[in-house]
Amino acid sequence: MLGSLWLIPILCLAGAVINLLLGALKAPKSVVTTVGVGSVGAATVAAYVALAEYLQQPYPAIVERYFTWISAGEITVNASLQLDPLSAVMLAFVTFVGFLIHVYSVGYMHTETDGGYARYFAYLNLFMFAMLLLVLGSNLPVLFIGWEGVGLCSYLLIGYYYENDWCAAAGSKAFIVNRIGDLGFLLAVFTTFAVFGSAEFSEIFPAAASHPQQYAGAATIIALLLFVGAIGKSAQIPLYVWLPDAMAGPTPVSALIHAATMVTAGVYIVVRCNVFFRLSPTAMVVVAVIGGVTAVLAATIGLVQNDIKKVLAYSTVSQLGYMFLAAGVGAFTVAIFHVVTHAFFKACLFLGSGSVIHANSGEQDMTRLGGLRKYMPTTYWTFLVATLAIAGIPLFAGFFSKDEILARTFSAGAVGLNGYGDVYRILWYLAIGGALLTAFYMFRAVYMTFHGAFRGDEETERHLHESPRSMTVPLIILGILSIVGGFIGFPGQLFHQTGWNLIEDFLKPVILPIGEVTHGAATAADHAVPAVSFTTEWLLVGVSVAVAVIGWLIARRFYVGEGAFGLPRMLADRLPLIHNLLFNKYRIDEIYGTLIVRPVRRFAVFLWRIVDELIIDTLFVNGTAFTVELTGDVLRFIQTGNVRNYALAVAAAILALAAVLW
Amino acid sequence: MTPADVVPIPYTWVLALSAVLFAIGAVGVLLRRNAIAIFLSLEIMLNSANLAFAAFAYRFAAGHATAAAALDGQIFIFFVIAVAAAEAAVGLALFIALHRLKDSIDVDRANILRW
Repeated sequence: MLGSLWLIPILCLAGAVINLLLGALKAPKSVVTTVGVGSVGAATVAAYVALAEYLQQPYPAIVERYFTWISAGEITVNASLQLDPLSAVMLAFVTFVGFLIHVYSVGYMHTETDGGYARYFAYLNLFMFAMLLLVLGSNLPVLFIGWEGVGLCSYLLIGYYYENDWCAAAGSKAFIVNRIGDLGFLLAVFTTFAVFGSAEFSEIFPAAASHPQQYAGAATIIALLLFVGAIGKSAQIPLYVWLPDAMAGPTPVSALIHAATMVTAGVYIVVRCNVFFRLSPTAMVVVAVIGGVTAVLAATIGLVQNDIKKVLAYSTVSQLGYMFLAAGVGAFTVAIFHVVTHAFFKACLFLGSGSVIHANSGEQDMTRLGGLRKYMPTTYWTFLVATLAIAGIPLFAGFFSKDEILARTFSAGAVGLNGYGDVYRILWYLAIGGALLTAFYMFRAVYMTFHGAFRGDEETERHLHESPRSMTVPLIILGILSIVGGFIGFPGQLFHQTGWNLIEDFLKPVILPIGEVTHGAATAADHAVPAVSFTTEWLLVGVSVAVAVIGWLIARRFYVGEGAFGLPRMLADRLPLIHNLLFNKYRIDEIYGTLIVRPVRRFAVFLWRIVDELIIDTLFVNGTAFTVELTGDVLRFIQTGNVRNYALAVAAAILALAAVLW
Repeated sequence: MTPADVVPIPYTWVLALSAVLFAIGAVGVLLRRNAIAIFLSLEIMLNSANLAFAAFAYRFAAGHATAAAALDGQIFIFFVIAVAAAEAAVGLALFIALHRLKDSIDVDRANILRW
């Protein structure tokens, strides 16, 4: 398969095109399913064959050039794809999780009309195409096509139920907010061209890495602009507001696009361009602070939400914050590690919530759920496993990645990374607090949904059922991955072992050494073992386990057994101010509405009513016509129809002309 | 009479006559309402131009050794006469059509093509 990497995204594109046609032809669902799932399945197989071949080699960056895309002056952009360790990791989980979610969608969407079903799979396939282009692109413009493509598909799928105004509005919101970030990304691409004369990864990164002094300033600008794009795509403060609303889309979409893959594109781009970020201490600390603050802020909102998908949405924002925190402390491989484990357990959680919603006739409010454990055991167990993973309970997938993020943040504070030691120390406390909140709100969701007594109406209760096979099998697979997925990044240093952390060793070539160009292995300084002692490391593990368990126990005390819901209600009554603040999501949407949306809207109305309608339409367009008409109305009386008048006019004009020329 | 006895008419006189004729024609075109009369006036204007051509031909022949230069103006006269004949054919046809329409060739009555 190496040598024809293009086949992987193109298969998905073909699926999308064929499904669009099938939708227009009102083809039966079985055909659509075959094409939609089959194309992604074929792409997954192709991807894994390519990966298997790639792993035979010593992990070089394989670049495949297909044709010259843009050639303007001194700038040449090739349509080319690249497979390097980072792309390989992304490719592996994007295709696999994407395929599982396609399978799940077959069950989840089976009640849709034929046309809607084809439209859904066409968009989902198109998304896979764009996402694969994003992770495989070997230069920034190709990556940007994928970047915009996933944004488009996100918009289309959030607004899938476009008959509902609020779904269509949520889609527009996601698109517009992402646009703000995309502007930053685009400026970063332009700056890269201006500085390096190229945007090919294999050219710009070595150039920047080998001349750190020369490119430090440019790297800061490019890194910060790229991060603006990442903030938009990965839903970080201040542009995170679109992601909770994005839950208006079908639940498999939330799982695939708004949890597992697309939203991690921001993390991917930061890791991909890690050279620029490492050249710029400012950019690093900005990334870390935004990530850390987002992680905690989103978690606090998640504490009190009652909509199960909203909880998961804020959880996603929070986890993405952890990924950026990891990148911001220089632990780029750990960020990708968390991207992968998060893809497993968050996809599992979302699909589990979809299973719950499916069984409860569309009910998402956890106060009207409960006791579902006995009705849908598969969903319960997989959801629980994924919750244990995200909460950071030892040996589950999320434990390894989150613990490593916390450890690396601590060591960044301890060694005073880039002279910002104090900032990183504060961020460590925030991250620990966030971990506590994560464990709490996730177990709260588990208890409210699956434990206690059913709180919905009887009609719904009669129809409660476990989901079909096509939905439970992906759940089980993702559940298993949520258990074992973490072992790809086993922290060997805790046992004085090297070579256990497979993913970090695999990703090492992506982290180019800064300074002298050393072809071959990275210098020791770049992969320095965290500068904290062995005991401290174990202590850190203990702390992160402790907060996870504490969060779990608090949720258990609050929402299970005797006096369930009593304590949280009392707290809400005692502290109405805080509860309302959290429940209303800090009123960020309202603040944005007042500060930005409404002024912009008013400006738009001004442009519409005053500039467009009054000045352009009335004054310029109709004004010109009116003036011409008025003049004509007056001047038409010159046309007397009397030939002698015309003759006189001609004679007079000739005399006048003669007089002038004399 | 020998050529030596003849006092040549200055060409300016001829030009003056041409101008007078042109003015008479123009005034006729502007003031007369009968289409035929206008047409006749128009012919007077054309012929005044012919006269001017002849006068200039006479004038420039005096300065030039070759006869060809003197012939230019005279050839133009023939062109004008040819065009005038064609114009007369079209014009008379128009007047006949006008007369059929209005039972008159008073141009002031042919005024429906106005605002």
